[in-house]
Amino acid sequence: MTFDSNAFLIIFTGALIAISCGFLGVFMMLRKMSMTGDAISHAVLPGIVIGFFVSGSQRSLEVIMGAGLLGILATLMIEGLRKKAKVQLDASIGITFTLLFAIGIILINLFAYKVDLDQECVLYGEIAYLPIDLWVTKSGLNLGPRITWLAGLNFFFVIGFIYLLFKELILTSFDESFSSVIGINAKGVNLALMSMVSYTTVSSFESVGAILVVALLVVPPATAFLWTKSLMPLLQLTAALGILIAILGYYLAYWIDSSIAGMMVTVAGIFFLLSAIIKGKKPSWLQGTYKAAKPLGI
Amino acid sequence: MEDFLYFFTFQDPSITWVVLGITLLGIGSAYVGTFSFLDKKALLGDAISHAVLPGICLGFILAGEKNPVYIVTGAFLSGALATFLSSWLRKNTKLSEDTIIATILSVFFGVGIVMLTGLQKSGNPEIAGLNSFIFGNAIGISESDLMIYGGLSLTIIMVLTLFLKEFRLMVFDPEYGKAIGFPMEAIRFLFNVLMILAVVIGIQAIGVVLMAALLITPGAAARFWTDRLHPLLILAASFSIVSGILGTYISFVIPQMPTGPWVVVFLSLIALLSFMFSPKSGIIFRYFSRKNYLRKTHKDHLMKALYKAREENKEGLSIEEIYELYPYQKVQINQSIKDLLKEGFIIKNQLFISLTSKGTSDAMRIVRLHRLWELYLNESMNIAPDHVHESAEQMEHLLTPELEAMLEKRLNFPTLDPHQETIPREKP
Repeated sequence: MTFDSNAFLIIFTGALIAISCGFLGVFMMLRKMSMTGDAISHAVLPGIVIGFFVSGSQRSLEVIMGAGLLGILATLMIEGLRKKAKVQLDASIGITFTLLFAIGIILINLFAYKVDLDQECVLYGEIAYLPIDLWVTKSGLNLGPRITWLAGLNFFFVIGFIYLLFKELILTSFDESFSSVIGINAKGVNLALMSMVSYTTVSSFESVGAILVVALLVVPPATAFLWTKSLMPLLQLTAALGILIAILGYYLAYWIDSSIAGMMVTVAGIFFLLSAIIKGKKPSWLQGTYKAAKPLGI
Repeated sequence: MEDFLYFFTFQDPSITWVVLGITLLGIGSAYVGTFSFLDKKALLGDAISHAVLPGICLGFILAGEKNPVYIVTGAFLSGALATFLSSWLRKNTKLSEDTIIATILSVFFGVGIVMLTGLQKSGNPEIAGLNSFIFGNAIGISESDLMIYGGLSLTIIMVLTLFLKEFRLMVFDPEYGKAIGFPMEAIRFLFNVLMILAVVIGIQAIGVVLMAALLITPGAAARFWTDRLHPLLILAASFSIVSGILGTYISFVIPQMPTGPWVVVFLSLIALLSFMFSPKSGIIFRYFSRKNYLRKTHKDHLMKALYKAREENKEGLSIEEIYELYPYQKVQINQSIKDLLKEGFIIKNQLFISLTSKGTSDAMRIVRLHRLWELYLNESMNIAPDHVHESAEQMEHLLTPELEAMLEKRLNFPTLDPHQETIPREKP
């Protein structure tokens, strides 16, 4: 097989996004906030649309700021509904993200004639167009695909964030009251993590779409968690999985001619299912003692 | 306005059909959703609604067109698979519930996207209809679709009504249900089937992503108005009907608007208003009742201080002395003095404050309650005398005259509290 630079770029970008999402996802999972991540990735939509409308382009700072603000707003709204209005947690997540997402869709339809942003692009993204979308400076210098730069920048920020706040993140994830006692602002750390998640969501929405970001946030960490319980191996395994799903996802999508982002998620799902079967409790007929099966018993 | 009249007088039979459909659908999902909300499984509905996408695509591939029977069956099967997987993962792995739900939701949706993109590239002209499943389009529902979806909705509503007692047991106390001989496993299985069905038929109108709102929001909003199950279900259903019809109206007036998002916006609006304004559990009501309670405690404390001064044979207390008794509470003390003066419980003579006779009897009651409670804790609960004060500080504001009479009787009209202070009573 010859070296295909386009394939390499797509896989490289996909892996960068998958690793950034995975690292943040590990901490979200440890805080039992995976669904909050899901909520944020839906909720940034109105921010993206407004930022897009204000600036008129997808690549502006306004879009990132809008999405970041909406992500924080979603976190605060979930907390507010839970603490102030005493709505149970799952319901407050459900209400928050559906409302914000609905507003986002309405805004897209409202501005449909003014901005070039369709809902499918925001939802699924299309990483395959990445090699065409080049970043060319005013003097005509070709710097390579724009989205790869975005993903790289995001990766750099996520790594920096985790490196700088490693101790705080661990402490607040595992023992929030202890961390408060020794003077760590647990709420602040939490908000910082949520802003990173919103930023990652928005910087990846063009390539993998707002909803599939959730998969990259949740599935690789969950798969890794089935294999190991200590933090460093967890992070390493998540990163390795990120690279693996980017490679396999690209070639499988190429093979059956379908969405690359969707295929990455499918591959991640297969890895997860295999891990769950291997590492989960063995079914009763393997252990030899009979226990009545419970079909669909949630 | 013309549009408004045209829409709400139902001149157009297709509007009647659509409104009827969205009403049935709203009732069905609100019923199911309220139960799953009470069961604290609200987000499972979200997972199921994302998970039906591969099934819809599969149904489309097998039928080769947008055939509602194939699509409903496919959607139901993939929803069932998701439900089964989530329960299997919960039992067999150590992953937390939210991780499992988020994983199932995103993986199924990813698979769905792969199939959808594949279908779009296959160039089948019917494919445009599939996109309406993502965001929902109630106006686009045809009459034959409606027969199937409406019929299924009706089935859900009827089954839920018939087995109301069983589902109530499942939500509130499954262990008890099992003990008195109900087949709880089968009931839960039936409920899951109904939930998947509700999601499958709701998706036509609301779309995959926003279906969760139709399940969660009506129940959550209605919960703020009542504590009883029947009114809760009726209220949730009516919230859902109102927003369903309003949402359909908007997408009728502005044709490029999808229905789902507007239904969700109206539903959320109702929910947020309920959270703010509902009597008893609304934010505003709770804010004021807390404020009133705090004001009462401050007043009670001031009266108590004045009464204790009288026990030490002082006429009253100067304002400076009161400030010293309760440091850092100047504002509240001034407020209490103002309130009590208005109620005629105290007299203020320049800076010297003393109780009126009306005030004395009220203050005596507070002190009496405090000391009675201390004695009760000490005698009946065997708590040491130096530990009873804190609890009595709270209970003195809460004890009712009935409870007071019971305490008196139980303790046999005592004269001294555990700190050897007299329990004051009105002289007969």
